[in-house]
Amino acid sequence: MDDAIIKVEGLVKVFGGKVPVRALDGLDLTMERGGVYGLLGPNGAGKTTLIRVLTTLLPADAGSARITGVDVRQHPEQVRARIGLAGQYAAVDDHLTGLENVELVGRLYGLPRRQARRRAGELLERIGLTAAADRQVKTYSGGMRRRLDLAACLVGRPQVLVLDEPTAGLDPASRRDLWALVGDLVEGGTTVLLTTQYLEEADQLAHRIAVIDHGRLVSEGTPDQLKDRVGGAVLELTVPDDDRARALSTLHTMQAEDPTDDQHRGRIVLPAPDGARTLTQALRRLDAAGVTPEDVALRKPTLDDVFLALTGHRATTPTGNGPRPRGGADRHRQQQPEGAAR
Amino acid sequence: MNATAATPTVPTVPGALARAVSDIAVITRRNLLFTLRLPQVLVLSSIMPVIFIVMFTYVFGGAIQGALPPAAAGRYVNWLIPGLLAQFALFGGSGTASGLAEDLAKGAIDRFRSLPMAGAAVLAGRTLSDLARSAVTLTLMLAVGYGIGFRPQTSLGGLLGALAVGLLFGYAWSWVMALVGLAVRSAEAVQAATYLVVFPLAFTSSVFVPAQTMPGWLQPFAANQPVTVATNALRGLVLGQGALPPGRTVAGQVALALVWAAAMIAVFAPLAVHTYRRTVR
Repeated sequence: MDDAIIKVEGLVKVFGGKVPVRALDGLDLTMERGGVYGLLGPNGAGKTTLIRVLTTLLPADAGSARITGVDVRQHPEQVRARIGLAGQYAAVDDHLTGLENVELVGRLYGLPRRQARRRAGELLERIGLTAAADRQVKTYSGGMRRRLDLAACLVGRPQVLVLDEPTAGLDPASRRDLWALVGDLVEGGTTVLLTTQYLEEADQLAHRIAVIDHGRLVSEGTPDQLKDRVGGAVLELTVPDDDRARALSTLHTMQAEDPTDDQHRGRIVLPAPDGARTLTQALRRLDAAGVTPEDVALRKPTLDDVFLALTGHRATTPTGNGPRPRGGADRHRQQQPEGAAR
Repeated sequence: MNATAATPTVPTVPGALARAVSDIAVITRRNLLFTLRLPQVLVLSSIMPVIFIVMFTYVFGGAIQGALPPAAAGRYVNWLIPGLLAQFALFGGSGTASGLAEDLAKGAIDRFRSLPMAGAAVLAGRTLSDLARSAVTLTLMLAVGYGIGFRPQTSLGGLLGALAVGLLFGYAWSWVMALVGLAVRSAEAVQAATYLVVFPLAFTSSVFVPAQTMPGWLQPFAANQPVTVATNALRGLVLGQGALPPGRTVAGQVALALVWAAAMIAVFAPLAVHTYRRTVR
């Protein structure tokens, strides 16, 4: 327990207003040194609020949070010297060069000028931006900016790196680059706390995952443990809208595990403990009931299913604004038009 | 407890002071680099004072000339320049609000606040870089004024003193606007608010015309509001005692302008720093 690098106990944060929102509602979390800790949750789950409390940007109303044993409320300045934060928006300065940006943050971590400059150069090399080091950041691509932002966080050699949705809005190639970079960091001994809406990202990177919703911890474990909690394979069916209710009631009586109506994606999700046999049985029953599915898939559970099972809704909803929140769980379904849900 | 690797030492008081000075210098330099690399902004913000100088001198100068005290040596431009210096020192200080609002919107403030740097350095660096920009603007105004006939009637020392008082006054206002920028958070809204506040203050002051020529009900305000005080101080330093309204002395007006500046800083700097420490994007 003493090896906890982050320990959060009973954390509460309420945002006032006419309808007060309990963004954090008695959250408990323990994170051990080393590795990537993924923080998953739907929009408004309290992820960003937690990040802000941990990085001393926001005071909590109750409870405590400690980083490497230091209380964020009592000794914020000591906590800041131990962390590096990359927020949701790459906070790099457009009119400074890449090198100047990293050097600036190094100076603000208290490094002497020469040392800050040298370290900035090393970091730019590490993230593959040496060639662009002397260009103003306004000429950088989105992926380059994110990598630069990460380099800026690393300049103070933080023990904990906090990444708030580090790949939001990036194209797949840039996202994979960033993942590789985070992977390297972890091998070097940095502990990473990462929030993400991309389940694929959590699956690929995180050694442990905490699912939070409504400001509370819903579940916690390794990605495999979380998937195991949801059970074995799942059967996914798309049926015509008119047949939906009939299909659901038919499947309800078939086995102990009930189907879930995933309205956002217009699909029915059925646990399939017997794999292919469940599939055959389900199709027979539907056929007998006069329902012909438009699409059928039998697959392993994804973190997305974990999410649905734990929070009652998908991790991501196709809302149209913001980056496309699509993870790997969706890759084989992309023939389905997005936003088919109503 | 698990405070193992690389525990940062708690800085001593002189250490903390040195760090704060270094942090302020780093932030000031960052902001000035922005200005240097976006020269359009500096050029555009220098055009307005030049337009004011030229427009008022040539368009209104003839009409106002008669109301001027003899100390202006018969030239409206002599009367106008010290007042405009005070006005645009205020304008320069107002830039602090939009600069901070922009940093806030871009997430830079969140980043700075997560770093182990001095709490007040972001605001101090911002006000200082805005002061430097104002110094450039005011110097340019003096040069343009000189070109169209402005001549200080006292001494070079008086002129430099006027510049210093104007800049200090603008710097103090910059702290007021730091609080405004952090509270309003939108660079556009802040700009609009700046015009709403600075123009009425300037036009109801003695910047353009002597306050004694204004209607009686306005005079008590016009003769004592801070922009008038600053303008009188600058005017006295540049044109001498004769340029001031009856009952006002140069030393008195300079002292009063400095008191206003000190009071603005004493009240608003702590408020702004307090707000900064609670501001998240």
